[in-house]
Amino acid sequence: MKKLEQTLSRRRFLRGTLKGGAVSVGLPLLNVFLNDNGTAYADGMPIPLRFGTWSWGLGMSEPIFVPKKTGANFDLPEEIVALAPVQEHLNLYTNFHVFKDDAPNLCHHSGWVVLRSGIAPTARANLPGETIDVSIARQIGNATRFRSLSATATGDVRDSFSYEGGNSVNTPEWSPLRFYQRLFGEGFQDPNASTFTPDPKVLVRQSALSAVQEEARKLEKSLGAEDRARLDQYFTGLRDLERRFDLQLTKPDPREACVVLEEPMDLPTGLDADLVATRHRMMTDLMLMAVACDQTRVFNMFYASAFSATTQPGYDKPHHTATHEEAVDPELGYQPYTSWYTRRAMEEWAYYVQALANFKEGDGSLLDNSFIYATTDQSFAKLHAIDGIPMFSAGTAGGRVKSGLHIDGGGSPGCRLGYTAQRLMGLEVDTWGDKSNTTSSEIGEILIT
Amino acid sequence: MNSFQHDCQSSAGLARRQVVILTLALGILAGCGDPRNAERAVQQNAGSPLRTRLLTADQYTNSVAQVFGEDIAASILPPIPPMARKDGLLASGSAFVGVTSDQVSQIQQTAASIAAQVVDQDHRDFLIPCTPEATEAADSSCAALFLEQTGRLLFRRPLGESRLSDLVQIADYAAEQTGDFYDGLSLALEAMLISPDFIFIADRAEADPDAPGQLRLDAYSLASRISFLLWNAPPDDVLLREAEAGMLHTQRGLAGAVDRMLGSARLEAGVRAFFDDLMSFDEFNSLAKDPIVYPMVTGTTLEHAREQTLRTIVDHLVTRQADYRDLFTTRKTFMSMQLAAVYDTPAGEGWVPFEFEEEGPRLGLLTHVSFLAANSHSVRSSPTLRGKALRETFLCQRVPDPPPDVDFSSLEEAEDAATAKERLAVHNTNPSCAGCHLITDPMGLSLENFDGAGRFRETENGAPLDIAGELDGIFYKDIVGLAHATRNHPKLSACLINRLYAYGTGGPVSLRQDRDTLAEFEARFAKNGYELPTLLRDIALSDVFSRVRSEESEVRMMDSMRIKAPAERAESTMTLAGMENE
Repeated sequence: MKKLEQTLSRRRFLRGTLKGGAVSVGLPLLNVFLNDNGTAYADGMPIPLRFGTWSWGLGMSEPIFVPKKTGANFDLPEEIVALAPVQEHLNLYTNFHVFKDDAPNLCHHSGWVVLRSGIAPTARANLPGETIDVSIARQIGNATRFRSLSATATGDVRDSFSYEGGNSVNTPEWSPLRFYQRLFGEGFQDPNASTFTPDPKVLVRQSALSAVQEEARKLEKSLGAEDRARLDQYFTGLRDLERRFDLQLTKPDPREACVVLEEPMDLPTGLDADLVATRHRMMTDLMLMAVACDQTRVFNMFYASAFSATTQPGYDKPHHTATHEEAVDPELGYQPYTSWYTRRAMEEWAYYVQALANFKEGDGSLLDNSFIYATTDQSFAKLHAIDGIPMFSAGTAGGRVKSGLHIDGGGSPGCRLGYTAQRLMGLEVDTWGDKSNTTSSEIGEILIT
Repeated sequence: MNSFQHDCQSSAGLARRQVVILTLALGILAGCGDPRNAERAVQQNAGSPLRTRLLTADQYTNSVAQVFGEDIAASILPPIPPMARKDGLLASGSAFVGVTSDQVSQIQQTAASIAAQVVDQDHRDFLIPCTPEATEAADSSCAALFLEQTGRLLFRRPLGESRLSDLVQIADYAAEQTGDFYDGLSLALEAMLISPDFIFIADRAEADPDAPGQLRLDAYSLASRISFLLWNAPPDDVLLREAEAGMLHTQRGLAGAVDRMLGSARLEAGVRAFFDDLMSFDEFNSLAKDPIVYPMVTGTTLEHAREQTLRTIVDHLVTRQADYRDLFTTRKTFMSMQLAAVYDTPAGEGWVPFEFEEEGPRLGLLTHVSFLAANSHSVRSSPTLRGKALRETFLCQRVPDPPPDVDFSSLEEAEDAATAKERLAVHNTNPSCAGCHLITDPMGLSLENFDGAGRFRETENGAPLDIAGELDGIFYKDIVGLAHATRNHPKLSACLINRLYAYGTGGPVSLRQDRDTLAEFEARFAKNGYELPTLLRDIALSDVFSRVRSEESEVRMMDSMRIKAPAERAESTMTLAGMENE
């Protein structure tokens, strides 16, 4: 079999070394790899930059969400008071707009699609093209076992805001147990293990992939254009898999915060806010440990869907229903139950940011080497408003970004934050977004120049 | 033996259950061998386009179970992404869904898990048809035997010579690297399990020698199409042999194959899969009820609600070969102890046949807990969701999305409304809401005697319930009236055929192209007493089912649609009286 032999010969250096035994490579102590100020490894390789997303549903109650002050040390109105412990780590962006232009305002859909893809959908069936996390993963996600990971706290496999294309969703992990098995089961290489044992099967898998692709190309010839494109996408996935196998043949760098967790229990289905919070924290702990172990550098966490159906025990309206059916209390100036749901979301956002900050990495934390982009689907959900849609970021992207700021967008496109994120992650994009959402303007206030 | 004799005798000879045999035979006697003959004059555009479908999660699991056994299938979660529902079916979405790089990595992880189990000590003796000369070395002959047999089942067609040779070399090389024949074999098996030939069901066409200038599915593609329609599983060894022998392209051979499959106990799995998809029962995977409001409803209760309906459907349509329409009025069902609390009835252990009270409010699928609970909120019922589900699921009518920029302020005034009807009446003072709610609410409100968990109630918040309503011109006073109005709705059977044909051909129907075909199926369905197995047989044996609509005719159709775009738009929005457009 010529093809296989050719493939194998390229890797002759490993032939024979794997047969019948393992190669053990002694690893040095962890901190030996870091430079004096803890921002890079001793050999000059920087600590990797990470990109994450986080999402919550149904926007905010503006009067008690938007701080009066902008800039540093902004006030925390009651709906976001849960963010106090992590305020120094995040930025809040208000008065940024999502523009629908000539497209309809698709309730609970237009907002998140624009912020994640830059393009206003014209119908509900229009899912985004490539979402921002996928573009960024293509840039920074090639050196890890997983190009990106997505997880949801809803327990529903359909809840994802990560798309390679309109018909191609990155399926989220929805079960803590399954997520754990994927991360730390078969194929996991502990970066801090004292020995490294290359798996001879990986080499075979890599070689076999070439044969699989070659043979399956024949199938492609008989297909129509659209199906050929889908099969091409599959081949791209196979090639990506080949690269991931390559990584498994080399010793992973040690990661000081990486600890293999205990296997979690699975949770029942349901969207009771307490249950969602429990699930969110379990999934967050797993996800962030995967990041700390450098299994991925791009990660998406989904707290609630756009039509968030989170429930409060004993209250007859799930979150989405409450946004529409609950009256604005004339004395309070907001919808109390609806706000209760948003406050629960903010508690979880605070948990997520704090969890990132708790991972020590070099002289700082995992959060210091990350940039997290957090979005929602509406501003005032009761009216399906997308003007003034709130956003957050967290982390300083390896010292490139200031945090602890409240930024007033002055009615400029919300896509500016996504554009800024892409630039921070090294994407050479001149503009991002479509029509009025187009921007080539970073949010300069947060950048450290 | 002529085809008439063969068809009738093969039905009688192969069917496994007497009831099935008898009814099939009667169905065939009424029009023995007729479907293909009736369609001899094939329309130019009849048939379906070539499609490439991703295996659905159930089809992936069923494939693994069929080839390697139920225990291995049960040990893995199928690495298939969620499908977008397309014209009412997830199965139709499978012809459009793409597979991301992340998904491919999940497919590989699952493949590794399956392959490792197939060769482990517990399975190798009965899944691998030979023993290697030595377990620590390659054995090309044994590897070839296993890979040839298994690959044929996984790819749903024989492996080519070069393909097999490549796989054997992978197995040999892997055995050399790992020092273990079985590890080598598992790595070659992994390669098959990540191949697009396994993951995708790709139709392949060939020239039809009986109809010059036209294309038909090749025998293996036809085998897959029939098998996934009837069993929701890949072709078994027998069907592949029949394909290999060219039998599926003869009337007699095809009828024999289809009748064997209809007579198999596996038909039940196929029928379940179709109705599970049709009724959007995937919702149950994440469905939950508020434990304070509905303390008697647990995850197990909801699982049993889904199971109750599927058992009822299989019993009614397959076991008793009854009229499809009567599913909406039958009082026969099954009961379990877990469900009994919701139905407020005593019950023993396990599943037992059960009949709702003759004069009671429960009759037909619309009054099952599954339909009522799945189409409600977690804390309360929803006439709108129920009405929408009735129209979209069973009548193939499309209820538009809520209009954007709706002012919901009127709903605040409904905060103190005692009943859903009062609440919706307030809501509908907004004209932009009223249009759609009038489409869904009248029949949804008729089910308000059942709360959000599907439990019967006389009143809501102490207020009496007015459950009189109307369904497309048929006025009724209670649930019994709604059940009969649904049962007798002129679109009910047409909708089933629309969905079943889409399900079988792997993608949404084109009402422009398939209109006549669907009408013919519907006429025969009525003539045959609305019996599902007969309909399945009719579809599977039809000439149109194996015929490929050329890309050229697709392009012509698309061109004509583009020219008629304004009319098309008008048609697509007109209408709840007609069926949805594609």
